[in-house]
Amino acid sequence: MTKTNLPPAEDDPHPEHSRDAPLSIHDLTVAYHRKPVIWDIDLDLPEGKLIAVVGPNGAGKSTLLKACLDLIPRVSGDIRVYGKPYRQQRSLIGYVPQRESVDWDFPVSALEVVTMGVYGSIGWFRPVLRKHRAKAQEALEKVGIGHLAGRQISQLSGGQQQRVFLARALAQEAQLYFMDEPFAAVDAATERAIVALLRELQQQGKTCLVVHHDLATVARYFDHVILLNMRVVAAGPTAEVFHNENLQKTYGGKMPLLEEAGQALRQNLS
Amino acid sequence: MFFGDPILLATFSWEIFREVLFLQEYNTRTVVTSTSLLGISAGMVGSFLLLRKRSLMGDALSHACLPGLVIAFLVLVLFGGTGRNLPILLLGAGATGLFGSAMVLWLRNHTRIKDDAGMGIVLSVFFGAGVVLLNIAQKMPGTRTAGLESFIYGQAAAMMRADFILLSVLAVAITLWCLALKKEFTLLCFDENFARSLGWPVQRLDLFLLLLIAAVTVVGMQAVGLILIIAFLIIPAAAARFWTDNLGRMLFLSAFIGGISGWVGASLSSLLPRLPAGAIVVLVASSIFIFSLLFGSARGIVRRNLDQLRLRRKIGRQHLLRAVYETLEQMSPTPDDPFPRNRPVPLERIVAQRSWTRQDVRKLLRRAEREDHLHEWNERELSLSESGFGEASRITRNHRLWEIFMITHADIAPSHVDRDADSVEHLLSPEMVRELEEKLGLQNIPASPHPLTREVHP
Repeated sequence: MTKTNLPPAEDDPHPEHSRDAPLSIHDLTVAYHRKPVIWDIDLDLPEGKLIAVVGPNGAGKSTLLKACLDLIPRVSGDIRVYGKPYRQQRSLIGYVPQRESVDWDFPVSALEVVTMGVYGSIGWFRPVLRKHRAKAQEALEKVGIGHLAGRQISQLSGGQQQRVFLARALAQEAQLYFMDEPFAAVDAATERAIVALLRELQQQGKTCLVVHHDLATVARYFDHVILLNMRVVAAGPTAEVFHNENLQKTYGGKMPLLEEAGQALRQNLS
Repeated sequence: MFFGDPILLATFSWEIFREVLFLQEYNTRTVVTSTSLLGISAGMVGSFLLLRKRSLMGDALSHACLPGLVIAFLVLVLFGGTGRNLPILLLGAGATGLFGSAMVLWLRNHTRIKDDAGMGIVLSVFFGAGVVLLNIAQKMPGTRTAGLESFIYGQAAAMMRADFILLSVLAVAITLWCLALKKEFTLLCFDENFARSLGWPVQRLDLFLLLLIAAVTVVGMQAVGLILIIAFLIIPAAAARFWTDNLGRMLFLSAFIGGISGWVGASLSSLLPRLPAGAIVVLVASSIFIFSLLFGSARGIVRRNLDQLRLRRKIGRQHLLRAVYETLEQMSPTPDDPFPRNRPVPLERIVAQRSWTRQDVRKLLRRAEREDHLHEWNERELSLSESGFGEASRITRNHRLWEIFMITHADIAPSHVDRDADSVEHLLSPEMVRELEEKLGLQNIPASPHPLTREVHP
């Protein structure tokens, strides 16, 4: 997406990539049961931007995130975070998984879940201390549900659960955030809160890669967008790449129909 | 070493029972202590097993222990021993147990076979192999396999002094490991992928949890038997879950329940030596489970139903009082009067306020009478008491606060507001009410929503 004109260094295995990009993905291919899910992804993310990943169901959006995070095996590909291999840079990364990926009936409170965000910095065998909990509480306040800290997580609404996950990522104090559908099935108030939070993160110079499913809000919420359907169809500033032609390429022949339906719906509603 | 003498049975008395329960005899003391320690460790590890949703994995693992046990026995005999070397037997059992669970994981990851089918296959194949091997061992000349069978159903009384020390040390070690890795296991069970994104060696952690489960299984083999050890792992944890929503408390409670079951179960079985200890321990644990299922303070059935009943009553009361208040408003001679006066209301009009029958209203009124909300009532009319009227205006106010909040702040269509507010107002806390008042800039509520309610209740 952005290429800087640094001279290629000798030790740089991928001189065509920017060396200080928050995330550069080189030649990434992932397969499930020998069936490729994403192919030849080659991307540099610009720093300090809110970047949406959009694409149809099964396009490999979550897979892209998980492959970057080393959660699933890659067939090929190299992930670099701020110029260094991913594994060395884990402390710079925050992760918001899909809400349905965990069991919300688990016997922990909202605060305890958020505290998991600082587990990485506590160290093995060491207990959680008051200062860690204070940090978690602060993150909960930031997403506007500080008063629900002691609540068992099954007693939170869907939107509140999503905020708990965001707070946990905040507590990680990362530079680069991966968020998997944070806007899925949340109430309007939570959606506003998440957007405000994303903007705040951006102002602090952090980079957020967000899987997003609502095409109607992409242009409003994000300054960059990656259109994905197994391959990267287009990537760049929203104003430049988020147009019908690219969307049609991403969503295939079904897009016009979907779009029509969406427009009809919107007209009906207003 | 078999102290469970038949004579004991014949002379069963409370005296002896007390002696056993309070560990006044050396043999009993060792058996009961080690079974309690086992229970504590099983309760701890079992909590994580349960939360990791791997309960059946524990079952597959314990069944897969049998072939290893018999193989270890055969090897011991081949090298000229009696086969009564507990550490070696446990090692053998643990080895095939772990191998069995590795097979389950392998089947899941490398074939299209699902977890449950994989466990079923491993469990039956390994156990079958174990039974065949046991048969062979029994037919070998000059071997005494009597001790081996006790590992299947458990026979706490067969424990020797050296065994006791080994098993107790193992049980304590397992418990301490669980406490040391509480934070790590918690995250592993709750959100494995997040743990992995932190760079944790999730697979190794998972394996270690499995190792602890294998350790509990082999430690418990003698006392509880490998068929029933799974109950010792799962039941205390499941029972503890009914009492608390807090993982730390659940761990301790589960350990406590496991420990008590071990204690009582082992005591009973040493009094009634014809009965297998494992079965008795499990029965004790399951009695605690059933009690927890019914009366557990966090999610027990009785508690849950009581809560529901209480909520239903609260909602009923609020509906009644609001209906009276709104009727009073409609009866007010000056429609804009923000504060209707308390006076008798015809019963007919209350019934007409909602979709309820005269019967329903009568029932609600009887309850309201007991709660001192009514001044008096008969078949024709009713009047609220002073406290009832105060309560009615408070409830109506909250309800309208919600309605306004929903319309102005939450983009909900006015036609849907009444229903939503109805279900939600019952959960309003005083702080929320204050917050709403502030948000809406309203201090003196009852006046303002008039036109609104007129709209909603035409």
